[in-house]
Amino acid sequence: MIPSPAAVHTATEWLATRARWHPLEMAFWLAAFAAIYLLPDRHLILTEIAWLGLFALSLDLILGYAGIISLGHAAFFGVGAYTAALLAKHEIINEPAVALLVSGFAAMALGFVTSFLVLRGSDLTRLMVTLGVALVLRELANRYGWLTGGADGLQGVSIKPVLGMFRFDMFGHTGYAYCLAVLFILFVIARRVVNSPFGLSLLSVKSNPLRASAIGISVDARLIAIYTVAAGYAGIAGALLAQTTAFASLEVFSFDRSADLLLILIIGGAGYLYGGLIGAIIFKFMQDYLSALTPQYWPFWIGLVLVVIVLVGRDRMMSWAAPIRLIAERLNWRALARQIIASTKKV
Amino acid sequence: MPAVLETISLVKQYNGITAADDVSLKIEKGARHALIGPNGAGKTTLINLLTGVSRPTSGSILLDGEDISKLSTHKRAKRGVVRTFQINQLFNDLTPLETIGLAVSERRGQGLDWWRIVGSRRDLMSEVVEILERFHLTDVIDRRTAVLPYGKQRLLEIAVAIACRPRVLLLDEPAAGVPEDERHEILAVVGALPNDVSVLLIEHDMDLVFSFADRISVLVNGALLTEGTPEEVAGDARVKAVYLGEELADV
Repeated sequence: MIPSPAAVHTATEWLATRARWHPLEMAFWLAAFAAIYLLPDRHLILTEIAWLGLFALSLDLILGYAGIISLGHAAFFGVGAYTAALLAKHEIINEPAVALLVSGFAAMALGFVTSFLVLRGSDLTRLMVTLGVALVLRELANRYGWLTGGADGLQGVSIKPVLGMFRFDMFGHTGYAYCLAVLFILFVIARRVVNSPFGLSLLSVKSNPLRASAIGISVDARLIAIYTVAAGYAGIAGALLAQTTAFASLEVFSFDRSADLLLILIIGGAGYLYGGLIGAIIFKFMQDYLSALTPQYWPFWIGLVLVVIVLVGRDRMMSWAAPIRLIAERLNWRALARQIIASTKKV
Repeated sequence: MPAVLETISLVKQYNGITAADDVSLKIEKGARHALIGPNGAGKTTLINLLTGVSRPTSGSILLDGEDISKLSTHKRAKRGVVRTFQINQLFNDLTPLETIGLAVSERRGQGLDWWRIVGSRRDLMSEVVEILERFHLTDVIDRRTAVLPYGKQRLLEIAVAIACRPRVLLLDEPAAGVPEDERHEILAVVGALPNDVSVLLIEHDMDLVFSFADRISVLVNGALLTEGTPEEVAGDARVKAVYLGEELADV
């Protein structure tokens, strides 16, 4: 039986539309790049948002697409940060962009090795295992102070100009452009991956591992693959922090960092790639604004937001926004014109 | 006729209970084989053993004469031992189009393709749409599986298995729970399965079993009681006694 060409075309078109860039996405990235020129005095916080967004994107790859929850994602972030800082301090690799890649690979190696620990077990086991791995790494970094600088952090790191041309400055101008470029490239790759047959297989593993293996998918191999890739992303995020601040300390491995990350992804929403980025923007600006108001108590507000999101649910909050959307649509003059025409016809 | 799938003295014990007791079963090439038996006879245990969900205590499973009893589930599926589930096991967040697209690209060994956009291969899409048409799913290709009517979900359950191009298809109660007015669609689809696919049907519905099967095995307490043509089984006094009872009086 040969299917009708029209039906094949419709199906192909439907899948292609799913992968096509939406105008809102283009607007998002245009705004991000425009900020290089338009918001020079906000570049320091934007730099932080860029690497934090990349870090959250990494968690989204395993949580949103493969269903692996982690409370120790800082393990990979930390390994990336220390690798980049050490490479620069000892002048092993002077080009930041190359050092960034190497740091990513170091984190990937750790991700591959530890991925075998998260294959089995419930969410709770995974939370504990990932948390444990991060704690172990933090203590290792603390113990081997001759290498890492221990509790004082790794001092005396100086980062050479990117591509030998763009020197890092204290205002974050180079830092932001550099982080944003890295974030964009890695985002485009992630977007390609989740829209590929491999990405679809991850969703199937997340949704029903029993059936996934019944159609010939090696569930373990897929989870190992995405966990390793996500670890590389987290490592690069950590390396960006180390390179833009010329510093790495034990704090890169901290539990707070992993926990904040989960919070950021939940604020932004998992499973559509932008959640981590939007979450990072909201989190950083809230932190910035609220800590100016109440320096001691700003986590209170973050906590409150989190509780509201989890209890009320994102979908319902979106539906609260429905009246606003309706008003916005009313304000659209074309829609208004159509309505007027329609109402005159009725009369 | 050569056997495609064969079990030799398969035994499975759980905590002292024998769920499969020395089962030697042959499924011939192109067979329409049914496996019947009262509740708790060990039908599901047998399917789980055949597909690698659980491992036998002893005995072996041969696919075309090759021992597959040590292989994992996904490797057996790749070799063509494919099952459907009595209770739907679908990808609730995916659409039928994505589900079949996934199954077909996995079967063609393109599942690790991470750079290509899903659906950008024309020959693949043509096969996907053909399967969707054959299983009456064209009108719901872009809807989330979770919201599909139950009858459509049952069709998708079989369609996913067919997309894997099985050599042996294990159908676990394909019509279970389907309302009367949607049943004919399932029965038609099951009846029209390709001839080169050998089918083992596990079923409670005797009308379906006797209209479909050319060979029937009866499983009782984990062991094979008898095997034969539908006429032989229907005429077997022991079968009537343990299982069929009055249901067969009018066959």
